[in-house]
Amino acid sequence: MINKISPSIEAALAELQDGATVMIGGFGGAGMPSELIDGLIPLNRKHLTIVNNNAGNGDYGLAALMKTGAVSKIICSFPRQADSHVFDGLYRSGKLELELVPQGNLAERIRAAGAGIGGFFTPTGYGTELARGKETRIIDGRGYVFETPIHADFALIKAERGDRWGNLTFRKAARNFGPVMATAAKVSIAQVYETVELGALDPEEIVSPGIFVTCVVKVARSAA
Amino acid sequence: MSQTTTKTYTPRTRGQIAARVAQDIPEGAYVNLGIGLPTLVANHLPKDRDIFLHSENGILGMGPAPAKGDEDWDVINAGKQPVTLLTGGAYFHHADSFAMMRGGHLDFCVLGAFQVSEKGDLANWHTGAPDAIPAVGGAMDLAVGAKKTFVMMEHCTKQGESKIVAQCSYPLTAVACVARIYTDLATIEVTSQGLKVVDKVDGLSMEELVKITGVALQ
Repeated sequence: MINKISPSIEAALAELQDGATVMIGGFGGAGMPSELIDGLIPLNRKHLTIVNNNAGNGDYGLAALMKTGAVSKIICSFPRQADSHVFDGLYRSGKLELELVPQGNLAERIRAAGAGIGGFFTPTGYGTELARGKETRIIDGRGYVFETPIHADFALIKAERGDRWGNLTFRKAARNFGPVMATAAKVSIAQVYETVELGALDPEEIVSPGIFVTCVVKVARSAA
Repeated sequence: MSQTTTKTYTPRTRGQIAARVAQDIPEGAYVNLGIGLPTLVANHLPKDRDIFLHSENGILGMGPAPAKGDEDWDVINAGKQPVTLLTGGAYFHHADSFAMMRGGHLDFCVLGAFQVSEKGDLANWHTGAPDAIPAVGGAMDLAVGAKKTFVMMEHCTKQGESKIVAQCSYPLTAVACVARIYTDLATIEVTSQGLKVVDKVDGLSMEELVKITGVALQ
């Protein structure tokens, strides 16, 4: 009997090794898998590459993970925020490599990885410094830039409900990067607020089918 | 702004610029409003028009901010502030959201800017200063992906330099992408024959507008 529901966050994260590329879902706080990130901190992993839209806020979650020195590189679209002081400090002192990616390229490069696409041409970034050194092509009179897929070893995402086959539903705009990241990682771990019996999720409402999900772990809904 | 004697005109307020942009957004339009000044446009869209606001994080049919106490932090806008979903609205994941933006499905995007060139090049993501931390978000996707890119900005910097320039000195967001520029002084169309003034504030002469702007205007 297949049961992808993991007994604990520790068990879910056990295979994550030094040097791993880790996608982390969320747009700001919405969809951020806070409990999984918190579970990663005490493992003391090193040289991680993180893929996230942002680069941490305040001193919690991703910022707290970066503060421990676990992260060598971040691939993101919008690192600078009013409260991104942890990122700012690490970046300015040269302790963190930044690959800045237009947000649509971030989403599409992740999608490409999940869909087995070796790269794609996009007009986004053409003629800008973010396209420097990249292959370009004129297609039907318009300039395009070649972008490559972003694969990951792990995806840590937040969903709403999950079953033992790994089927997931999401809540409102907390969906954001979760379903796409789940397709692009060798191991995709979803934290959910509810685990339900097989058949309890309406098949019409499943956003991530279990084929993209390795492991589901239940967390308590926080008061905040 | 001009150092000349008494001004013969009153610049538009930010709300008035937003109202001017809103005039040009027709019934049925799919629209993305950028972070900052452009978000004001939402307050001026005529209530009798069905206009669909898109938010890059996966919302179509975005509504206004909720009442205090009703915030749902799973429903936020690109600026990460709480918003609402209108009846008929929808949620979707990031790749679908950016397919809407990059695939030419949005009729309009309205963006802020540091500079716009007379060819319609846009600079709005990075000052290029050596100590500045760059952040691009969805700006490059919107600028090239929407059917029409509108820019909404003050005509001049606080130091009085025109933000409409022959060539952008700041790093580009996209090349030749701007269709219209809305400022506190004028509405200007970017055409293949150059910049054309659509309208300007009362009491401002064409001669003075050209002098302030520093590039040719028709």
